[in-house]
Amino acid sequence: MRVTVDLGLCESHGQCVFAAPEVFAFDDDDNLRYESEPPAALSAQVEQAAALCPVRAVSVRRTAP
Amino acid sequence: MIVGASLAGPRTAAALRELGYDGELTIIGAEPYPPYDRPPLSKELRIVDLPYDGLRATWRLGRRAVGLDAGRRAVRLDDGTLQTGDGLVIATGACARPWPGRVPARGVFTLRSRDDALALRAELAPGRRLVVIGAGFLGGEIAAAARRRGLTVTLVEAADQPLRGALGAEAGAFLAGLHRDAGVDLRTGRTLRAFQGTDRLTAVTLDDGSTIPADLSVIALGAVAATEWLAGSGLLLDSGLRCDERLRVLRADGGPAPGIVAVGDVVRWPHPLAGGNLISLGHWTNAVEQAATAAHNLLHPHDARPYTGVPSFWSDLYGAKIRSIGLPALADEVRVAESDPAARRLEAAYLRDGRLIGAVTVNRVARLAPYRRELHAGLTAVVTR
Ligand SMILES: Cc1cc2nc3c(=O)[nH]c(=O)nc-3n(C[C@H](O)[C@H](O)[C@H](O)COP(=O)(O)OP(=O)(O)OC[C@H]3O[C@@H](n4cnc5c(N)ncnc54)[C@H](O)[C@@H]3O)c2cc1C
Ligand code: SF4
Repeated sequence: MRVTVDLGLCESHGQCVFAAPEVFAFDDDDNLRYESEPPAALSAQVEQAAALCPVRAVSVRRTAP
Repeated sequence: MIVGASLAGPRTAAALRELGYDGELTIIGAEPYPPYDRPPLSKELRIVDLPYDGLRATWRLGRRAVGLDAGRRAVRLDDGTLQTGDGLVIATGACARPWPGRVPARGVFTLRSRDDALALRAELAPGRRLVVIGAGFLGGEIAAAARRRGLTVTLVEAADQPLRGALGAEAGAFLAGLHRDAGVDLRTGRTLRAFQGTDRLTAVTLDDGSTIPADLSVIALGAVAATEWLAGSGLLLDSGLRCDERLRVLRADGGPAPGIVAVGDVVRWPHPLAGGNLISLGHWTNAVEQAATAAHNLLHPHDARPYTGVPSFWSDLYGAKIRSIGLPALADEVRVAESDPAARRLEAAYLRDGRLIGAVTVNRVARLAPYRRELHAGLTAVVTR
């Protein structure tokens, strides 16, 4: 699974951080940091993060196992 | 069959497909446009479409539902036709609360839809004088958008601080500072008495008799659930469409109406965080999260699950990112962890009977995660008990 966040779109809503805290986090200045190749076990959370992002900045691509 | 083609309706359609529903889907929407997103309407006065490919649905846009026979799940449309379905999702959202008094033919607006935003945008020319009635989230954002475009803005609020009822005095004072720093003439403790002008707005008169010359005015006094089409349907209406904690729509006799769920701004339901009291939420994420639960419960009525989403809301004012979770409006105590108006940062926790019920940050979203975890854990515990 490959995650990309368009940081130009991201408005620090934090929905992705709420949905998948192991993958998305903020630094102290509210800038988003994320894991671009999270383990497949987290795929449901990551999909949820993408669905909840109000500006559709999160995209998920399934990679071959 | 889904009535309402904005955020909640199509998201429920998507959830039904994800859960494996393979049958027919009809989506009925009163507006003659494919779904678009409302939050950008008040922030940048911009139209952002929502993508809805792959739903394999029949869209009936520009068609309004005007009646429902809940027992047969038969929806009457404004072209006189009747649509029936095995399941029904009600997602008709809300409308802007109208001003009950006289309104001049031109110059006075409300903001809820794409058409409203385009009409208002066309009038927001630099140098014009705008009076916004109501300093809630919507009114505040409209004031900010108008300042950015070089208008003279007066913001009228009945309470002694903007959002006093929703966020408390501390956050209210913080927001008042943001408006005043941006050059908005904020008049608190004042209400609208009347609009002046017949053909076109000329001035706004307030309850203290003061008159503000104006070219434009926006009424931002909140929203009312769009349930007028459900009058006489046998469903329970009470400042919204009454649902149980599983988002099943209730009949007037209090029992769930078989095969009918509701999602989004239209819903009024007992929330565990509110101690089981009824609430309605006009929040984007609420509509999205409810969609998944409602879709599941429609497909699996014998395994219907309670909805346990943590309320979550955002608003942007002059670049300050306001983020709210939980139900701060119900708090009896506010603990301010940080308030730095110069840096435009705020962090506040909201408690009720000594327990966390919400949190608000401004330009400090990183601080929300622990509050959110605590609220989520609390909600899950209540529901599984
Ligand atoms: C200007 C604005 C700014 C906002 N900003 C934010 C924000 O910053 N953050 C946030 O969290 N939330 C915000 N919101 C709230 C958010 O947009 C709503 O919570 C969300 O739109 C709810 O979706 P919904 O589908 O339930 O209802 P709606 O979006 O109201 O959609 C209901 C749809 O049903 C249709 N309909 C109504 N009656 C009928 C009928 N009888 N027959 C057929 N169709 C019907 C309507 O035409 C409408 O298209 C904002 C709302 C507005 C208006
Ligand atoms: S949900 Fe979207 S906007 Fe919010 S922090 Fe995540 S990527 Fe950014």
